[in-house]
Amino acid sequence: MITPIVRTAIVSLRRDRAALAMSFILPIAFFSIFATIFGGRHDSTPRVNVIVVDEDHSRASINLVRGLQREDSLVVLTRPQSKSKRAEFLPEYTAATAEAAIKAGDAPVALIIPHGFGDHPISFGRDSDPASGSVSIQLLNDSSDMIAPQMVAGLLQKAGMTSMPDVMAEQGMKYTEQFIGGLTPEQRKRMNINLEQMNGYLEKLRQRENQPATAGAASTKADSFTGPVAVQSRAVVGQNKRNPMVSFYAAGVGVMFLLFTASNSAGVLLDEAESGTLDRVLSSHVTMTTLLAGKLTYNTLLAFTQLTVMFLWASSVFKLDLSTHIPGFVVMGLCTAFAVAAFGMLLASICRTRAQLGALSTLLILTMSAVGGSMFPRFLMPEAMQKAGLWTINAWAIDGFTKVFWYDLPVKDLWQQVSVLLAVGIVLFAAARRIARRWEFA
Amino acid sequence: MNATSMTEAPPHSSSSLLESFPLEVVSLAKHFGQIKAVDGISLELRGGECLGLLGPNGAGKSTLIRSIVGRVIPDAGSVSVFGFPANTSEARSALGWVPQELALYPRLTCSENLAAFGRYHGLSGGKLQESIAWCLDWAALADRAGDLAKNLSGGMKRRLNMAAGIIHRPRVVLMDEPTVGVDPQSRHRIFEMIEALRNNGASIIYTTHYMEEAERLCDRVAIIDHGRIIAQGSNEDLVHGVFASRSQVLAHFAGPPEVIEAWVERHAGRLVEGAAECTIENSTLIAGLLDDAARAGLELVDVTLRRPNLESVFLHLTGRELRD
Repeated sequence: MITPIVRTAIVSLRRDRAALAMSFILPIAFFSIFATIFGGRHDSTPRVNVIVVDEDHSRASINLVRGLQREDSLVVLTRPQSKSKRAEFLPEYTAATAEAAIKAGDAPVALIIPHGFGDHPISFGRDSDPASGSVSIQLLNDSSDMIAPQMVAGLLQKAGMTSMPDVMAEQGMKYTEQFIGGLTPEQRKRMNINLEQMNGYLEKLRQRENQPATAGAASTKADSFTGPVAVQSRAVVGQNKRNPMVSFYAAGVGVMFLLFTASNSAGVLLDEAESGTLDRVLSSHVTMTTLLAGKLTYNTLLAFTQLTVMFLWASSVFKLDLSTHIPGFVVMGLCTAFAVAAFGMLLASICRTRAQLGALSTLLILTMSAVGGSMFPRFLMPEAMQKAGLWTINAWAIDGFTKVFWYDLPVKDLWQQVSVLLAVGIVLFAAARRIARRWEFA
Repeated sequence: MNATSMTEAPPHSSSSLLESFPLEVVSLAKHFGQIKAVDGISLELRGGECLGLLGPNGAGKSTLIRSIVGRVIPDAGSVSVFGFPANTSEARSALGWVPQELALYPRLTCSENLAAFGRYHGLSGGKLQESIAWCLDWAALADRAGDLAKNLSGGMKRRLNMAAGIIHRPRVVLMDEPTVGVDPQSRHRIFEMIEALRNNGASIIYTTHYMEEAERLCDRVAIIDHGRIIAQGSNEDLVHGVFASRSQVLAHFAGPPEVIEAWVERHAGRLVEGAAECTIENSTLIAGLLDDAARAGLELVDVTLRRPNLESVFLHLTGRELRD
C-alpha cells in the first residue's frame, strides 16, 4: 500500500511546477549565492576603498602610498571619484575633506599621513613618542564597517615593511644604538656598505614600479601585531550610536518582509479573478487602470505602515534614534513602500495562480534579499555581486535608510535612492498594467 | 416586498432611442481559436420581459452573456442597451449582471459587499444606503446585514450574489444560472425575487439548465446550441413548432435489444435511457403501437403517454449526447 501512496505523491509533485521550483531551484539558487559570497571561488575579491591623504610628501610617505596602491584588495583614493572626464582635475583629499567623505559614506576608511612622518616613519610600537619625535598615521573609519579598518590597518603594516626596507633598516639600527649602545667603527662601516647595496637594489625596484606588481611582491602576509608603523584609529561615523547594526537590520529585514507582504497582498487580485469578483468589478464603472491604481495605493500604505511599526519597535526596544530622523524615514519609507507594492502587483499580474505566485515570489524575494543586502551587508560581498545588488529594491532601500539613520544625511542627499525607487515603482506598475490586459477582455 | 419600484427614468429622451429594445443583439460572433463560441446570434429583449436562454454546456450562453456585459469583445456584431453600445457608461448603468460564480468579497459583510459594488457603479450617500436597504429586503437578508459573506449558507450567498448584481437598480438584468446548488426553499425564494423584479418593470435574461424554471419564469425561451439560436419563442410556440399536436409515447419493453431497436426504427422513434420513445398524432394510435410490439415478441413493462414539454423540445433539438 505504500507504493501507490508514493507514486501518487510523485505524480502530484511532478505536475506542481511551483512545488518543484521551491524544492529544487530555490535551494540551488541560495546555495550558489552563499557559495559565491563565502566560498572563496570567485574572481573578484571584495576590495576596500581607502582614502589616503599624504600631508608629508616625504620619500617614506610616497613609498608607503605606492605600497598601498600595489595591494590588490585596496582601492586607494587620493582624490574624490567622479564619473566625469574632468575627474583628474578634482583637488586631492585633505584631512578635512577625507573625514567629510567618510561621514558621507564615500569610503569606509581614510589614512592621513601627517607632516613629519618621514622623519620617523617606524616607531616599533612607540606611537607618537615625543621623545623619539615619531608621529602616527591617522586611521579614520566608519564604524558600521567592522572589517575594512582592520584590513587597512594590517595592509598598512605590510606596506610599511615591504615598501620602506631601507628606512626600516636605518630606523632599526637607530633603535639598536639607542637601546644597546653605539656600534664599533668596523660595525658601522659594514652597515653603511650594506645599506648602500640595499639602496641600489631598491632603486632598481623603483625603476620597475610602473610595471605590474609581481605575485611574489604581494605575497607577504601582514601580521596582526601592533606594527612598526604607528597608527591611531578614530571612528568618525557612528561613534555615538548605541547599536550600530540596528538601523541596517531594521531596513534590511523590513524591506524583505515588505516584499513578501506586497506580493501576498497583490495576490488578492488572483483570488478575485478566480472567484469572478474581478469580472463583476470590471463590468461596473471601474476600469482596470483604476482598479490596479487602487490596489497599488492600498499596498503602498500597507507596506509603509509595516515599516513604521518595525522602526517604532526598533526605536523603543533597540534604541534606534527615530525621532530625529522622521523626515528621512518618511521619504525613504514611502518610496520603498511604493516600489515594493509595484513589485507585488507585477508578480501578481504575471502569475496565473496563487501557487505560482507563492513559488515565484519566494524565489525572487529571497534571492533579491540575499544579493541586495537584506541578509548580510553588501560590503562583505565580492565586487561583482555588490554591483548585481544594485538591480534589487533592497539595496537602494537599505542604502537610503543607512544614509538617514547612520550617516545622518539630510533628505536632499537621498535624491539618488528616491529617484531609483520611484522609477522602479513606475516601471514595474506600468509593466503590471500591461500584463493585466489579459484580465480585461477575452 | 415593501420596496418601491426599482427602475428609474430612461437615461435619455430621444424618441428614437425610447423606442429601442432594452437589449438588442445583432449578428454577434466570437471565436476562441478554432472554436466558434458564438456564431451570429441575434436576439432582442422586450420591455418587462423575461427571456430564458437554454442550451447544453459549451453551447455559447456564457460567452453571449459576457459579451453583453462587455467582458468579451465580439469579433462581429453589436450589442446595444436602450440604444447605447454595450461598453458605454449608459449601458453599464442600465445593465445588471448576476454571474454564475459567487463573485463576492468573503471577508466583507452583506452590507459592505453591497456598498462596495454600489460604489463601483457610482452610487454614494443616501442613494447608496437606500439601495442597500432595498436589496437586503429584496434578498431577505435584512437580518443578516452584518454577517460576513463567507459565513452565510449556500442559499444566502446566492441571494447576496443576486443583490450585488442589482444594487445600482438596473433596468436590464442578466442572470446566469442563479439557482445552481441551492435547496428547494432557497430556489423558491429566488423565484419570488425574480418575479418581484419583473413586477417592478425590469427586463431579464435568465440562463438555466432547469426546464421547469424556464417554464415558470420566462415569457420566451431561446435555445442555443453550437453558438447559434436554434429555436426561439414562447413555451407553447416551441412545443407546437417541434411536435405540433403530437403526443409522446414512452414504453419499456422486455425482449431482445435488436428487436426493440427494430420496433423503434419502424415507428421513427429513438431509445432514451432504455425506454423506447416515439410520437403519435392521436392518442388512439397507441393501441396499434403496442400490438406491433406484441407481434414482434416484446413484453410491455410499462407505457406513458404525455404532452411534450420544454424538456422534450430541448432534448429533441439538442440531442442526448454528453457535451462535456
